[in-house]
Amino acid sequence: MHDLSPSGLSRLAPSRRTLLRGMGGAAVLGAGVPLLSACGGSGTAADPKTVTVGSNASDAVPKKAFADIYAAFKTQSGITVDVNTKDHNTFQEQINSYLQGTPDDVFNWFAGYRMQFFAAKGLATAVDDVWQTIGGNFPEAMKALSKGEDGKYYFVPLYTYPWAIFYRKSVFRQNGYTVPTTWDQFVALCKQMQKDKLVPIAFGDKDAWPALGTFDQINFRANGYDFHVELMAGKASWTDAKVRKAFDLWAEILPYHQDGAVGRTWQDAAQTLVSKKAGMYLLGTFVGQQFTDAADREDLDFFAFPEIDPAYGQETVEAPTDGFMLSKAPKNKDGATKLLEYLGSPAAEEIYLKSDPNVVAASTKADTSSYSALQKKAYEMISGAKHLTQFMDRDSRPDFTSTVMQPALQKFIRDPKGIDSLLTSIERQKKTIFASS
Amino acid sequence: MSTDTPTKSQEAAAVPPPGTASPKKRAPQGHRRLLTRRDRLTLGLMAGLPTILHVALVWVTALASIALAFTTWNGIGFDSIQWVGLDNFKELFTNNPQFWPAVEHNVVWFVVLILIPTPLGLFLAVQLDKKIRFSRVYQTAFFLPVVVSMAVIGFVWQLVYNPDTGLINSLIGANEPGHYIDWIGDPDLNLWAILVAASWRHTGYMMILYLAGLKSVDPALREASALDGANEWQTFKNVIFPTLRPTNTVVLVVTIIEALRAFDLVFVFNKGAEGTELLSILVTNNIIGESSRIGYGSAIAVVLLVISLAVIIPYLVATFRKERRA
Repeated sequence: MHDLSPSGLSRLAPSRRTLLRGMGGAAVLGAGVPLLSACGGSGTAADPKTVTVGSNASDAVPKKAFADIYAAFKTQSGITVDVNTKDHNTFQEQINSYLQGTPDDVFNWFAGYRMQFFAAKGLATAVDDVWQTIGGNFPEAMKALSKGEDGKYYFVPLYTYPWAIFYRKSVFRQNGYTVPTTWDQFVALCKQMQKDKLVPIAFGDKDAWPALGTFDQINFRANGYDFHVELMAGKASWTDAKVRKAFDLWAEILPYHQDGAVGRTWQDAAQTLVSKKAGMYLLGTFVGQQFTDAADREDLDFFAFPEIDPAYGQETVEAPTDGFMLSKAPKNKDGATKLLEYLGSPAAEEIYLKSDPNVVAASTKADTSSYSALQKKAYEMISGAKHLTQFMDRDSRPDFTSTVMQPALQKFIRDPKGIDSLLTSIERQKKTIFASS
Repeated sequence: MSTDTPTKSQEAAAVPPPGTASPKKRAPQGHRRLLTRRDRLTLGLMAGLPTILHVALVWVTALASIALAFTTWNGIGFDSIQWVGLDNFKELFTNNPQFWPAVEHNVVWFVVLILIPTPLGLFLAVQLDKKIRFSRVYQTAFFLPVVVSMAVIGFVWQLVYNPDTGLINSLIGANEPGHYIDWIGDPDLNLWAILVAASWRHTGYMMILYLAGLKSVDPALREASALDGANEWQTFKNVIFPTLRPTNTVVLVVTIIEALRAFDLVFVFNKGAEGTELLSILVTNNIIGESSRIGYGSAIAVVLLVISLAVIIPYLVATFRKERRA
């Protein structure tokens, strides 16, 4: 309490005790500095038998899955993989400084703009030589996803998962619903579900990114893949009539979305589907994580977002893809190349999928016989797609999506009538952000 | 402020003896300095290290962020810093839909803290000062939220406010479709919902500050006013409260600081969604994370700095003036 007395606040002459305290603090900080700088890299000199990997797989399931892959790689090649795992979100937030410091040889990352951005900044090494070996394992769409803006390969995909509309087969059977394939059928189904006292579309946007997924689906169904790419790249205008049309369509089904979405997490929204209070839910296949009961899991199914414009049909699938990149100056490039070649092989993907049943292999060569019905369906959906998109925050600048689009879409969900001024504001902010390098 | 002078003179008096004493002891060895080499080295380290750290961690960083506010920088390599003059501020004041709400919410935060939990804390302190039974238990109970970290408070209250499974909506039956009360997402409600949590904590803080102030009130004053026939309210209003002036100053400063640095509670609660934007959250969203709009985020930080200075400079001027008078 001494410091809070009036004399304490205005005390100017430092007592010996504060000086000592300062010394102690200085000592602690001094000790902290080398620790902090040590966090960046593993610090081991080029050892031809070791490759370092920066991993964002901090959750137990993927962490174990990756460890299995690296163990298999060691028995095959004799090279040890030294993994430096960081918390998933922290890894993502620190990626800028991480890649500029002393990054590990190989690191986990996402396909799409987020990969191309670091490739263009010279923070990643091209892996064309790896692709000469693994090229045959992947479909064309995956190859396109792995290239930088300069046409070189920078990315080795491991697994992917589609976004779709999830439902429970038993609920559809009981109520005699059929899977809608067109917009009109979809709206009619929503109306019917509302009559049947179901929440037609479960929805939670507290984390601010799920709404980006809804917009993506409506936008590329209504305006096509090319427009999606242009819009995400900052070339097309947000005040374009096409964008307005996408929002109008969204406003049409918004009344059938679960109330109070901005305060609800996606996990809570998924629970309404689990408990059969909601009829449908638009999300990635990771929604399966919330279906912990085996019988419920069996009952889970999905269908592609319905067609809006027949010109584009259901040709585009949103399938975020995770994989690996090679850092700018790998200490053991030969070893890292070997590791990437292994990671791009069907064998590595099969090991990974054994532990994580919510995703599917990026390679077409991987063995699909052990897939669950849901995985098989996801795999078919992705391999049959004409275009693959990543997700708004992976296809566009992260600074634009996180500081402009996320709050803007939360606002739209609450107040769809204010769309015109919202779009003008988005466009104005977009211009400033995309103008900066 | 009168307590200041004695403390200082005591310290001033206490310092010389060790300094003069040691040379006397060492005099035979030929050292005639006031301080030995070791003393000077120690003093140099003790004063130098904190100075270097303070300059590096406070001044250099503050000035760097002011300089960065006039640039655009994505955080990759120093050569990508571009001078843009006042563009960031223009963009902020005219184009950012979250900026003015954020300023407004910081002000609302301060006004609410000063109007509700502060008088409540004073009230509790006055009650607890009456030497009632179990006073310590009550003190602990009210002070407990202050000990708990803000992040934990945010987490606990978002469970209370959760629209589907939260305590409030479950109790009043507002977790059914059509009846939802979205405490966390609705911009008309969420700021107030969070302020309840913030006030819950702030009350305890204010109570302890006032309790300390009340303990130092001379009991003779109460006796004198009782002898003059003043009732309890009159005594409090005319005798006790005026003597709490120094405490009030501290309370005011602490509350302003709390309002300006409000961040963790809201960030955990709903990440500063519409209705709960705060300057500190805008700074974080722009600088930290992948977005890395470092120049733009720095511009927001500079606005926050200017607001803090506008509040702190008058306070410091007033304090110094008083000290000089004393």
